[in-house]
Amino acid sequence: MSSETTTDEKSSETVETKPEVAKKETTLVVEPKFEKSLAEKVVAKFGAKATIGFIKPNRIRINAKKENILDVATFIRDELNFDHAESVTGVDYPKSKEIEVVYHLGSYTEPQLAKQVLTLAIRVPREDIPNPGHDSTRMPSLRDIFYSVEFHERECFEMLGVYFEGHPDNRRLLLPEDWADIPPFRKDFSIKGR
Amino acid sequence: MITPLPPGMQLEKVDDRIMTLNVGPQHPGSGHMRLIIKVDGDYIVSCDPDPGYVHRGEEKMAEYRNYIQNIPHLERPIIHDSCNILYPYCLAVEDLLGLEVPERAKYIRVIASELNRCVYTLYWLAIYGIFLGHSTMFMWPMGDREFCIDLLEAMSGARVTHAYFVPGGVRNDVPANFEERCLRQIDYFEKRLKQYEDIFYQNPVLKQRTEGTGILSRMDAIRLGTTGSVLRSAGVDFDVRKKEPYDVYDNLDFQTQVLKEGDSYARSRVPYLDMLESCRIIKDALKKMPKSGSVRTKLKPNPKGGNEEVYRRVESGRGSLGMYVVSDGKPEPYRVKISVGSFRNLICMPYLLKGEKLGNMPAVYWSLNYWPVEADR
Repeated sequence: MSSETTTDEKSSETVETKPEVAKKETTLVVEPKFEKSLAEKVVAKFGAKATIGFIKPNRIRINAKKENILDVATFIRDELNFDHAESVTGVDYPKSKEIEVVYHLGSYTEPQLAKQVLTLAIRVPREDIPNPGHDSTRMPSLRDIFYSVEFHERECFEMLGVYFEGHPDNRRLLLPEDWADIPPFRKDFSIKGR
Repeated sequence: MITPLPPGMQLEKVDDRIMTLNVGPQHPGSGHMRLIIKVDGDYIVSCDPDPGYVHRGEEKMAEYRNYIQNIPHLERPIIHDSCNILYPYCLAVEDLLGLEVPERAKYIRVIASELNRCVYTLYWLAIYGIFLGHSTMFMWPMGDREFCIDLLEAMSGARVTHAYFVPGGVRNDVPANFEERCLRQIDYFEKRLKQYEDIFYQNPVLKQRTEGTGILSRMDAIRLGTTGSVLRSAGVDFDVRKKEPYDVYDNLDFQTQVLKEGDSYARSRVPYLDMLESCRIIKDALKKMPKSGSVRTKLKPNPKGGNEEVYRRVESGRGSLGMYVVSDGKPEPYRVKISVGSFRNLICMPYLLKGEKLGNMPAVYWSLNYWPVEADR
């Protein structure tokens, strides 16, 4: 399976333009106004405890700390009117011994926010040998704030080994009940032959 | 001393009044998943969905393949809607690599994804029909599905697993006489769809079984974070195609279909109304499409992204479908997360089935537009 098989295929009908790949723009990107005002509200409230990851058109990223994640999430729900979670993702960073839990939040009630997706990221320390059910990779559950994260957090729990404190239903969802290996979406769980 | 069992492993108390039923996973009306249902007589006391029987680790597999190699296997979670699941991936990779998509390719993509939405919805409608004992509604959509499949086969060469979208456009151009053929078939398809109204949606038996069962209120639909037809049947006007238009959807003429009842009938009707809108979109796109030009921006071999992350979403047959791609500067993505409508709608299954009669279970279950294979990924 080399990458050239798909990229180099050419059918006689296909007209292809010249490659226009990843030119790094040196010009300063203007940050969109509305998104910036939203992100600044969070920073004004929490100061250095919640930092802005990036501001792009329709996308904002806010990095919160484990200690104040509940306050930040409550503020985002009540003051910024984001009302549901689209997905909860765990990303494993074994080099820095951290797991990042990423919440993608959206809004149905506020028409202005319909196209916005707010990314809320928390980094939690990662232990080397996880012990299912008694993990030390822990963070508070956002289930009481965003009800919709319930199944997403269950998936994140089994796939990354992040234990959500306060979650009412910390069971496996997709994996079998007797799964005895490490959580499969961690980077040290490798696929055979790869 | 007895050590306490870990969470989720405790034994449950037995009650002689409550009976536990396993619905599934061998697909007698549950899809490839299991519903653990507790009944008191004929009434469902609680429902615990147990998905995961078709979990294949697509997200993990994506970490081992480069951006182009990921195309054919990322469409596997939902092969009946394969264009729509590749759409957010291609949009995300285009953002990562800074690719421009030619104008004609944008229109071809819209046509392909709308055709694919019809293919999926008809397949779902056929299953919904047969589980409510309406055999005609199994035969008709299965037959009419072929019109859309034929068109997609002409475009991509494959009947179901198209792998038609690539970052930077589509894989190949449409055949020479495609416009007339598509217009002719869509006209006939639309005529057929209008007959569904009489035979299925105005059928008194169907109405009696589905109206007023599994009611989801507007506030709950928002709170539970549902999406797609479940959300729109509960009176929330949210369609990614309108709210965050991608490619050329902002040039096209269509409306979002919203019903406010929130019951199984409304949930089964919204995808049907969406199909009629899809026909409108396809006709409009055929009219506005540039007649010639490039359809694909060529990529370098083994393209690499920067150190960034992208989250893009589209409206699929089951609701908003998002792809979260994290890149760390290598040819392979560092992490790919597929956020699917089926998984997001799963949460309202225990909520809706509680208090329903057991006989209404299929009507509620299938009205959720739920696809187990996609939810498991």
